[in-house]
Amino acid sequence: MDNGPALVSILRQGPYLIASIHTALDDAQMERFQRDLIQQIGQHRSSGIIIDVGALDVLDSFGSRTLRNIAEMSRLRGALTVIVGIQPDVAYAMVELGMQADAMRTALDLEEGLVYLSRLTLPPSAHTTSRSGVTR
Amino acid sequence: MNEASRPTEVPTDRNAASDEEQELLPQLVAHLREHRTRLRQEWATRIQDAHLLEAMSPHERDLETTSVYDNYVEVLETGSVEALQHYARDLSERIIPRGVETQEVVGIVLLLRDVLARSLFKKYQQDFALLNRVLDAYEPAANRIANTVAVSFVDERERVIRQQQDAIRELSTPVLPVRERLLILPIIGVLDTERARQLTEQLLIGIRTHRAKVVVIDITGAPDVDEAVANHLVRTVDASRLMGASVIITGLSPEIAQTLVTIGVDLSKMNTIGDLQGGLEEAERLIGYTMRRQDGLVE
Repeated sequence: MDNGPALVSILRQGPYLIASIHTALDDAQMERFQRDLIQQIGQHRSSGIIIDVGALDVLDSFGSRTLRNIAEMSRLRGALTVIVGIQPDVAYAMVELGMQADAMRTALDLEEGLVYLSRLTLPPSAHTTSRSGVTR
Repeated sequence: MNEASRPTEVPTDRNAASDEEQELLPQLVAHLREHRTRLRQEWATRIQDAHLLEAMSPHERDLETTSVYDNYVEVLETGSVEALQHYARDLSERIIPRGVETQEVVGIVLLLRDVLARSLFKKYQQDFALLNRVLDAYEPAANRIANTVAVSFVDERERVIRQQQDAIRELSTPVLPVRERLLILPIIGVLDTERARQLTEQLLIGIRTHRAKVVVIDITGAPDVDEAVANHLVRTVDASRLMGASVIITGLSPEIAQTLVTIGVDLSKMNTIGDLQGGLEEAERLIGYTMRRQDGLVE
């Protein structure tokens, strides 16, 4: 399972984790991604997570549910999640599938996601002293 | 033709029939060429009597009917409808914008068919057997011609309609950037399912290309919104949010507001503001613009 090219990269950027999904993931890969990401929040003491799905032109209901679950799990671990880069077709398909759009935070792209997070989370200096340093 | 020779031609063998045709059609063509002026004149009179092609000037009518006549005879001669098809399409392209109807075009071709048939009838009426064979040769060709012209005309008309539909579709959902990261989407005219789908597509693509943060959808110009369209609007708002843009709906008319609440569409998640002006102000506030009017410039 660990062989082959990386399907997801999880990078650390200051207090944030940036996870880019490079290709469509099957259910098992999606679950593994979820496990890895939730684990890394603790390791890096991150206050925000950005998941970039800009490379995906389809996102099935399992995929969207997993993303929503990740958002909720990371909230419990003290980090805010923003999904960025949802393509127009994907956005509409997700809504058609009955996804509640207000169930997750979204932004246009990575740049917007970083702005969004920096507005909602405490500045990095404050963050280092408080594990639960999350507003909202 | 005497009685003795009749039985030989009765069998409806395809080859025999087409041999007949090949032998008779040149005769017909020669006849129609010879009496071209007279027959054409007769046809023109019949067209006038039937009040067809009145959208065209007499001179134009004369020119076109001459071409139709010549094309008609040519098809009889060569048996190939290709040139006629081309001409008919060309003709349709010219006359459709003038408001010529399908029945007129079919009408003149049928008139010509009739005029020519009558002339053949007159020429061969002494010999009934020969007349029969002449008509056997003439009718299928004439039918094919009428068919070709009608189909070409309708094809051309459908092409024009499709073209116009495309144009309307493109015009009908303009996504306009008014400030950096602020789009407005005025909806004018009836929103049907197809247009609503188009609108969503254009909007989502627009959000991406203009990196929009806020979109104002103004439906002042939409006379009616039914349940399906309202639900579609809700989905559009949700999809826009997934792309990181918030949507403000403005210009809900009293009628639409009452309808939507009565039929029970859930619009609680929609951000609605009375008019476009208010919507723009709210949008500017959301993005962080502050507008200030300079004193002394007006009044």
